[in-house]
Amino acid sequence: MTTMGSGTPEILFEGVSKSFPRLDGGPVFEAIRDLSFAVGRGELVAILGRTGCGKSTTFNLISGLIRPSQGRVAVQGHDPYGDFAWFRGKIGIVFQSDRLMPWRTVIENVALGLELNKMPQKERLDLAASWLARLGLSGRENDYPHALSGGMRQRVSIARAFAGKPDILLCDEPFSALDEHTGNALREEFRELLRQTGATSIFITHSIEEALWLGARLMVFERPARIAYETVLRTDMSETERQAVRDRIRQVLSVADASN
Amino acid sequence: MALADGDVPRTRTAVRTFAFTRFRYESVVALAGLAIVWQIVSLFVPHFLFPSVPEIAARLVAIFTSWNSIFDIFATSARILAGLAGAFVCGTLLAVPMARSPAFERYVYPLLNFNQGIPALSWVVIAIIWFRGNEFRIFFIMVMTTLPGFTFQVLDAYRAMSKDLFEMTLAFRPTRFDLLRTLIWPTVLPGILTAWKVNLGNASRVVVVAELVGATGGVGYELLQQQQVFDMAGAIAWTLVLVLFVLIVQGIITLIETRALGYRAFAEHAS
Repeated sequence: MTTMGSGTPEILFEGVSKSFPRLDGGPVFEAIRDLSFAVGRGELVAILGRTGCGKSTTFNLISGLIRPSQGRVAVQGHDPYGDFAWFRGKIGIVFQSDRLMPWRTVIENVALGLELNKMPQKERLDLAASWLARLGLSGRENDYPHALSGGMRQRVSIARAFAGKPDILLCDEPFSALDEHTGNALREEFRELLRQTGATSIFITHSIEEALWLGARLMVFERPARIAYETVLRTDMSETERQAVRDRIRQVLSVADASN
Repeated sequence: MALADGDVPRTRTAVRTFAFTRFRYESVVALAGLAIVWQIVSLFVPHFLFPSVPEIAARLVAIFTSWNSIFDIFATSARILAGLAGAFVCGTLLAVPMARSPAFERYVYPLLNFNQGIPALSWVVIAIIWFRGNEFRIFFIMVMTTLPGFTFQVLDAYRAMSKDLFEMTLAFRPTRFDLLRTLIWPTVLPGILTAWKVNLGNASRVVVVAELVGATGGVGYELLQQQQVFDMAGAIAWTLVLVLFVLIVQGIITLIETRALGYRAFAEHAS
């Protein structure tokens, strides 16, 4: 199944499969099977699925951390795994855990991507400070990550991803490790930031509500990662329509569960 | 501003200040306590077995006011540092390919384990038979005896690198040098500093053995002279010189460690 997003494809999967060998020599683990989809420039796509359905493998393929076993992955027309250096400064990632470097202060963590992109020190620290201020962390620039709460740390990792003004933003369940209150507060800010930057965004989640609330386009994966259901969410959808989407997603996920 | 008991320093400046204060007081108190205990014992035991602290101090003053003695101290210090540096470089050159290639590791690991079973004195004998120059003999002995420690510790440090942080950094597409500078070096630095601290003690013991047998100068050679004239105060004074050197270098490493890795202890404390 191939589904095109609006505009020029920014992210393209063509017949992608990904298997992992088992250390005990058993049969390979098939994480993705013949997955095809396209994401247009500036599009926001939420990928939803149960744990182990291959969402994170898809994420790692887009970010170029792994290469496909079969098929082709193209991001802005380039191979994200093979054209390693070409993507410098073009992709921002917010991970499930904050992944802050404990030996760097908060501002140095935010400035990491800018530093690796060879931005002059003063410029990158000013920019990092402005992002910290934007995310409500003024005054904590010189703290080490251990001095921050979980929510603050995730804000720092969001600032790190956004600071480089990436063309493509990848988010792997960024709020799942936070408590409900903190997660909700941060989600609001995050959606606003996504709107402002206009980056092509892939948001991976296992929460139906989060996907409905955030995604303009929604893809539901079943295991091994294939698109079992896809829809485009309009901002003017009525609650009845949204409930119908919810019910359909639950039905797809329960079918996927039963078949596994 | 001073930190109250139980406070956890949050920033780099606070961590450095706190670490330096702690280092200074604890070291002085421990050493003063040892000197007091020694002096008390010397009051009840013949002085040729336990010379008094002032007597030892007088010998120390004599050592530090003689150019020949200072040259001996310098020679031994240089041998220790050169040997450790050589072992560190060789150990790192072995550890990195071991971490990256399991096949290479399977061949090298048994050799390093085998090496660990060889006594330092055996290396002394081997070095005397194999090589001519005294300095090279000592360097060889130092490298061979401290190499496994450096290799295993650098290897462990490299392997302890967080996969999550590695992926996160790779996502920014760093150059090889930037990856080394921003992730690998800060990750392996604790292991390297620990390796230096552990091997410094080993090296100071081995260098004395090497100098006892093969050198015409240095702390080991001087200790041999004191043994021949049965001069306990001189033997202790020369031993203290070596201990002092080790403590100074240990102190420098600890200072580097507490400043560079200050975040670590407090991160654990805060969690």
